[in-house]
Amino acid sequence: MFKYFEPSKIFSITSKAPKYVLFLFIIILSIGLTEALVLSPEDYKQSHSVRIMYVHVPAAWISLGVFSSMTLLSVIGYIFKIKNFFLISKSLAPSGLVFNIIALVTGSIWGKPTWGTWWAWDARITSMLILSLFFIIYLVAWRIYENNDKIFKVTTIITILGIINVPIIKYSVDWWNTLHQPASINILSKSSIHISMLFPLIIMTAAFALFSLLIFLMKYNTELIKIKNKGLDRL
Amino acid sequence: MINELLFMNGYGLYVWSAFSFTLFSFLVLFLIIKIQYTKEKSKFISKFGSLNSERAAIAKSQSINKTILSNTSNI
Repeated sequence: MFKYFEPSKIFSITSKAPKYVLFLFIIILSIGLTEALVLSPEDYKQSHSVRIMYVHVPAAWISLGVFSSMTLLSVIGYIFKIKNFFLISKSLAPSGLVFNIIALVTGSIWGKPTWGTWWAWDARITSMLILSLFFIIYLVAWRIYENNDKIFKVTTIITILGIINVPIIKYSVDWWNTLHQPASINILSKSSIHISMLFPLIIMTAAFALFSLLIFLMKYNTELIKIKNKGLDRL
Repeated sequence: MINELLFMNGYGLYVWSAFSFTLFSFLVLFLIIKIQYTKEKSKFISKFGSLNSERAAIAKSQSINKTILSNTSNI
């Protein structure tokens, strides 16, 4: 089954895909921005500041999803010795980090009109900050150990340690008394968010997911070409 | 209508700065990755051009190398 993950097979798709993904991303983002900034209603309590949710929540979701995927890929890659999984994981990291930063910054901007402060050492916010440190440590490890066999072990350990933080982020609002509000959207039970706000949120999440895919494809292609450059040196 | 969209009952500054920061981050990340891609690709093309015909034939026999050379896309 893993032969389908060979770089030569994947590259034939990833080299052509970015331009189509970019096109789709621009269309979905335009719809999402119109919905989020113009068409969606204001909140009865938070007024227009609720619109920050349309960038803050998708960014946090994508960031958590990316880190979870990186961990899964690193662990499977390490167990079954599939180097390409590490390359995929490495290519996912930049978009994960940027989405994490976006979630922190937009959360801070949203905090000022809602809580009256830019920052609080609240469980949800602090655990998100810790996740961004794991993204940074992961990317720095690739820089330090790039040409060393240790890299696979080191990055797998970093992702395993980091993944412990992911359920803490998710359940921090239930486990502790926090300034951050509890989840409004539940997959298994009824969501407390109205459809008029849920729709733009879904569209913006789709746009952000497409952007993450675009960056992943471009980064993966770059990494493969980098490897091939080294291969040409050895010829 | 335009005033309401800009000022948003006094929340305009917060909303617009959050959206601007997000879009600016997207643009910066996209440009960084694109520059890295362009740099590696031109390095590959120049290295490939400096190979002699025998080595170039070996290199071209690999499907990834062929795809890199034939793919003229900028992204």
